[in-house]
Amino acid sequence: MKVEIPNSMAEVKLFKTWSTPFGARVVWALKLKGIQYEAIDEDLSNKSALLLQYNPVYKKVPVLVHDGKPISESLVILEYIEETWKQNPILPEDPLGKAKARFWAKFNDEKLLPSIWSAFTKEGTEREEAMGAALESLKFVEEELKGKKFFGGEKIGLADLVFGWLANLTRVFEEVAGLKIPDERYPLLLAWLQEFSEHPIIKDYWPPHDKLVIKYQALYEKFHPAK
Amino acid sequence: MEEVKLLGMWLSPYSYRVIWALKLKGIAYEYMEEDLSNKSPLLLQCNPVHKKIPVLIHGGKPICESSVILEYIEEIWPQNSLLPCDPYERAIARFWIKFADDKGPIVWKICGTRGEERQKVIEESLEMLKTIEEHGLGDKKFFGGDNISMVDIAFGGLAYWPGVIEKVLGRNLLEAHKFPRLHAWTKNFEEVPEVKENLPDLGRLLKRET
Repeated sequence: MKVEIPNSMAEVKLFKTWSTPFGARVVWALKLKGIQYEAIDEDLSNKSALLLQYNPVYKKVPVLVHDGKPISESLVILEYIEETWKQNPILPEDPLGKAKARFWAKFNDEKLLPSIWSAFTKEGTEREEAMGAALESLKFVEEELKGKKFFGGEKIGLADLVFGWLANLTRVFEEVAGLKIPDERYPLLLAWLQEFSEHPIIKDYWPPHDKLVIKYQALYEKFHPAK
Repeated sequence: MEEVKLLGMWLSPYSYRVIWALKLKGIAYEYMEEDLSNKSPLLLQCNPVHKKIPVLIHGGKPICESSVILEYIEEIWPQNSLLPCDPYERAIARFWIKFADDKGPIVWKICGTRGEERQKVIEESLEMLKTIEEHGLGDKKFFGGDNISMVDIAFGGLAYWPGVIEKVLGRNLLEAHKFPRLHAWTKNFEEVPEVKENLPDLGRLLKRET
């Protein structure tokens, strides 16, 4: 006979690193819903046996482990969190609203973030092209914010959590790589960056600026070795 | 019921994902074939961000990105459910749907490449197939168990594309002895009536790829 233990009461662990934007979005979701969890910060140059066991396909963070059962891929984890803990929803009730949030989440991960990362890692014309692509992408994102405080409306939603890395890293990329994304041509985005980063739940988990600068400076030098 | 339209393209596996889902749920829709070299004003208006198919238009409102469309269809028309009820099992399903989105497309690149680049793409494709074989399928008839689900639909292109690759390469990528589970799955998948009746014409596909 199967004994039903309320799923929401079981233990929650999160494998991540201190700086990963993909982990941050999961932390923010857990905090918004008031879920207690144990954080395990991995050293990606020396991955734990548990991480490799829990995510054999990608061997990456974040991985959420709920009652011993692992879930990988941050967007999949966010959907799981939303369905398991119903308080403070991060998705709207209506299917069309959900579809829009999911569309923008995918857009960030598949278009915006990769183009900004390309601009960071590449040089010369490749960097220019990547910047161009990133700024084009941002135009659509700016449009989406019209008449809204957050992507989710009055409250933080899935798309805010997914775009949130930009608020955390925008000044770092400017300082380290001279990349101003977004710049003053995107007033709504700039206002959103402010609102998001000042939200009490969000700023309670905020990879620290100085530590990020050191990390990304080292990475930048790796991609752009001094000649 | 509000009008349902699908902007699609005859050889796109992403277009077929939506067709299979609509057919499995018995939803009537109007299909509009897009010429991607001459995109319609409707497509550009409905998907200004990506300008791509498929686009589902429901009651005049567009939904873009095939995996987003599949979730939308599941929510609006819950009959013949394509996702499990349990949140953990749904997470597993979504993990594989995302894998199909992120890693699956390597297979389509085989025909379009040559020489060393093609070899590399073939190797990556085989790695991808091996991952599904070892971690994704188990010993079930379909990804979700006895019945077809959203994961099968997401991987659906793998059911017919190997046939094209076999003619182009002169060898079968999805060999039964190397990929027994996947091989069996392609047969099971193609036997589902709603899939069988909605597959791209292999002859026409080959003409395009050779």
